Amino acid sequence: MHELSIAKEIIAIVTAETEKKRLGRVETIHLRIGALSGVDPEALSFGFEAATLDTPLEGTRLVIEPVPVRATCRACGREFAVEDLVFLCPGCRSVDVDVTQGQEMQIDHLVVE
Amino acid sequence: MLAERKILALNLVSSPGSGKTSLLERTLKALGERVNMVLIAGDVQTENDAQRLIKAGGRIVRPIVTGGACHLDARMITKALEDIDLSAAELLFIENVGNLVCPSSYDLGEDMKVVLISTTEGDDKPLKYPSMFRRSSAFVINKIDLLGQSDFELARVKDNARQINGTLTTFELSCRTGEGLNGWYQWLEDQVALKKGRPPKQP
Repeated sequence: MHELSIAKEIIAIVTAETEKKRLGRVETIHLRIGALSGVDPEALSFGFEAATLDTPLEGTRLVIEPVPVRATCRACGREFAVEDLVFLCPGCRSVDVDVTQGQEMQIDHLVVE
Repeated sequence: MLAERKILALNLVSSPGSGKTSLLERTLKALGERVNMVLIAGDVQTENDAQRLIKAGGRIVRPIVTGGACHLDARMITKALEDIDLSAAELLFIENVGNLVCPSSYDLGEDMKVVLISTTEGDDKPLKYPSMFRRSSAFVINKIDLLGQSDFELARVKDNARQINGTLTTFELSCRTGEGLNGWYQWLEDQVALKKGRPPKQP
């Protein structure tokens, strides 16, 4: 349910950017949302649609690229995909792993008219 | 703001009712004289938790009533700290809104998240809320005095947590009986010392 606040934050960032750079109408906002970001893409799209009604961003579409979780083992250096939320190095079985992607919540780029 | 003053900031997260406020009450009573603490208590409604912390001896306590929002964000923390004299502060506790989902997405400027669960909850919580457990550094299992009263198994919750985050520092304690709390206090004092650049005391 925090997706609505995140949608509002996205709207504020995009609005500030389009005003600063005097851009035209924003057609699409491209986001990268990690599987571990704690954000539900569907709820985010719904929140975005609701929060943009009667604003210059009404009708702008969110395009969400899901980012899978990957990690690097601190013990042996192996880089691996985290599947089924098992944060265990498949090489040396160490649990001391750094998540390298999958936690992000980023505005990647905008497509404007 | 917190980093330059070398104040250790801990973001305490859990489901509603796991015992965040109880843990802070205990911590205030035990360490209040030795460690200079600032506490922020976030709630959707009421300042009840903040009142409890003041009653437990908290000298600097600030409530944040979110009025519906399911999490705290960094702006709220900045605002809550605005009028506080932080010059002597050593430890900032942020008691988040009871919720294991939304607060995981918000960085409040903390050094660490401490995730709390109690033995009256499901022992599969680490698997259900992986984002929160992954982002936490310490894991407190509260209400161990009630073990055996439910299907909660200590070994299972620790296995589940280890699968998500094998580097969690884990505490098993009871805020009601006081069992296990000494390890928590010691860890807190060590972390405060480390933050200041001093080696922790040897036991």
